[in-house]
Amino acid sequence: MSSETFVYVTYIATTPDRVWQALIDGELTRQYWGNENVSDWQPGSKWEHVSGDEKRTVRVVGEVLEAVPNRRLVMTWAEPANAADRSAYSRVAMDIEPVGDMVRLTVTHDQLDPASDMPRRIGNGWPRVLSSLKSFLETGRPLNTWA
Amino acid sequence: MTQIDKVFKALADPSRRALIDRLHARNGQTLSELCQGLEMARQSVTQHLGLLEDANLISVKWKGREKLHYFNPVPIHEIYRRWIQKFEQPRLDALHDLKTKLEREKKQP
Repeated sequence: MSSETFVYVTYIATTPDRVWQALIDGELTRQYWGNENVSDWQPGSKWEHVSGDEKRTVRVVGEVLEAVPNRRLVMTWAEPANAADRSAYSRVAMDIEPVGDMVRLTVTHDQLDPASDMPRRIGNGWPRVLSSLKSFLETGRPLNTWA
Repeated sequence: MTQIDKVFKALADPSRRALIDRLHARNGQTLSELCQGLEMARQSVTQHLGLLEDANLISVKWKGREKLHYFNPVPIHEIYRRWIQKFEQPRLDALHDLKTKLEREKKQP
């Protein structure tokens, strides 16, 4: 099966543990992403991406594959409507590396089905999320596009 | 040179923009694949890719012995935020104010 891969990189003037917290703490993800990442972050556990408003709409579901604090987080990714279909899951790996006095965050989203509309939506989504995360960690203010 | 200088410099060259367009059409290509159909020496393509990578416009993943190149749009999104969105906002606000004003006048006979 052919699949699509996206690799996004951003450099953030912060520390690896702050980036890690910003990825796994729903209270923080809500502020720069608009949705909360909810899980106990143990390999094999479920994770959910839940809207930060009172509706608590589940937007993404998946399983935590790897969780190495301050280094690497890998999870599967699917829309809730397709949760029962194993082939509908793509994979997201987030790698955190210190580079000088900055942190390089690499998001690799692969195993995407080119026939679905997920690649296009991913392509629109990640650059905004990463810019907003960078702004949030460096200035304390997320981008207003996610307010 | 700051990071944003590097991005503008990298984008200022048509050959480099062409390479980005090729990756946008098909992400994750090797150097050889990127060279196909281009009237550019392999060495020039290598240099252009190095500059794009340095500007963080291209990210690189190794797959076995193959070096795959991916387009990274994050710096372009930051340019959009810094140089477009910021200037666009006052106009949108002005339009919104105009609409509110006209609608209010319409209600008053």
